Amino acid sequence: MIAQDAYNILWADLAALKRRWLRYLTTTLISPLLYLVAFGWGLGRGINLNGTSYLEFVVPGIIALTAMTTSFNGAGTRLNVDRLYFRSFDECLMAPIKLHSLLLGKALIGVVRGIFSSVAFLALATLIAPSIHIGPMFLAGLLLTCLTFSFLGVLAALLAKSHEDMGTFGSIILLPMTFLGGTFFSLSQVPTGLKYSLYLLPLTHASTWLRAAALNQLLPWPSFLVLLIFLAAFVGGSMIAVRKMSI
Amino acid sequence: MSKIIEISGLSKEYSGRKVVDGLDLEVERGELFGFLGPNGAGKTTTIRILTTLTKPSSGQVLINSTDVAKDPERVKSDFGIVQQHLSLNRDLTIAENLELHARLHHLSPRDRRERISELLDYVELSDYADYLVDDVSGGMKRRAMIARALIHRPKLLFLDEPTVGLDAQTRRRVWDLIRKMSSDGATVFLTTHYIEEAEALCRRVGIIHHGKLIVLGEPLDLRRKLGMIAVEMQTNGNATKYRYFPGRAEASEFIRGLPGTQRVVMRESNLEDVFIELTGQKVLGD
Repeated sequence: MIAQDAYNILWADLAALKRRWLRYLTTTLISPLLYLVAFGWGLGRGINLNGTSYLEFVVPGIIALTAMTTSFNGAGTRLNVDRLYFRSFDECLMAPIKLHSLLLGKALIGVVRGIFSSVAFLALATLIAPSIHIGPMFLAGLLLTCLTFSFLGVLAALLAKSHEDMGTFGSIILLPMTFLGGTFFSLSQVPTGLKYSLYLLPLTHASTWLRAAALNQLLPWPSFLVLLIFLAAFVGGSMIAVRKMSI
Repeated sequence: MSKIIEISGLSKEYSGRKVVDGLDLEVERGELFGFLGPNGAGKTTTIRILTTLTKPSSGQVLINSTDVAKDPERVKSDFGIVQQHLSLNRDLTIAENLELHARLHHLSPRDRRERISELLDYVELSDYADYLVDDVSGGMKRRAMIARALIHRPKLLFLDEPTVGLDAQTRRRVWDLIRKMSSDGATVFLTTHYIEEAEALCRRVGIIHHGKLIVLGEPLDLRRKLGMIAVEMQTNGNATKYRYFPGRAEASEFIRGLPGTQRVVMRESNLEDVFIELTGQKVLGD
């Protein structure tokens, strides 16, 4: 029943996405492609990191970044709009379904959009950097990244008191993570103190895992575990927030 | 007749201010009940508590004999609601909005299809089933919300200002729908600050003011208690004074005794008069 109810919540978004998938895809690919051109081809051309071209290095990072942004926005921004603008979230709260099914359904909206965008970018990226290895561990990491940031989006949307709050959250949390979360540079290049503080960001672990999996390197299991811990914290926080909201 | 809503000692406080204050109210099964009051009187907060969206500070609410606080999921299956604001999913078509609601209420695929078709017909929106919400008029959106609220065959229907913002013609159409729902057996709990709406539709009304239920009864009885005939007197300062009389004869005699310079109107009293007498406040808009 939990899965069925969560799917029913997701169903509404799939119905809407079916109508405008091309527009969504085009918009969602602009940022990662710009990053790829600017950092991969522009800035990073000729840079070599321990035998790996910068292009191959940066692609998994941009995938992690795309997964983060689209999952967060797919779940969070949409929920925020449903809750505060359309006010259709109340209808879901009044439906006879468990609150955790409701939250899972809302998060799955972000997961679907995150995977959709990431896979589309990946398809383009493999044409440019064919040595990237897409295996089960990479896909597991991608799924976990999408799920983690979707629940972060859900949590932020439940806590936000206005649309401005979501913008503030993006500027304070997501934007710094975009540039500092190990997406565009190797953490081994930064001072030790900063390196450890960057490990507090979930995107750092997502980039680290996806990069290792894509480049067939030794998998950093602690990063996978940390992502799971972040996911649990965001799920728990969302549950507390939604319980405060209704009976 | 058994009770479908039983509210006892219900209170809700926000920052030390009581929005609902010790409310006791019972609504019978099959009744079309009007819950009246000015904006900010506590109507919407009461409905939000009854529909599990807001936690009360104290008191108890039973819907269909189930405690809202103890078994909200069961209660959620028993009621449907048309909210004051537009709460349709605007990314979806009218039919998809109904389908989503049917899915969330666990209707089988076959039942969903049948029910959607039946209800679109009921609210005369069959031709607009595949229109996106933003592509139809305000009245159609409101009718779509009514269809959505009915999809799981609720025993109790909350209508929170269902005609606010609608033109007179559409409002009458919605009234016809409300009467139809009531005659089909649903209990209707209607909140409105349009007094004539309650008078036209409801068998019994309760008036809430500053979070307290100040009067409860049948519209005609409440008018009788006040006086069936109202006399409006416009004084020199343009303020209007009101007097109420049991019949036209008493009212006419009173008017004859007034100085000729006053502008006087004699008319039938209404629920708004009842409200003004009880609270000293106009019902519309505060």
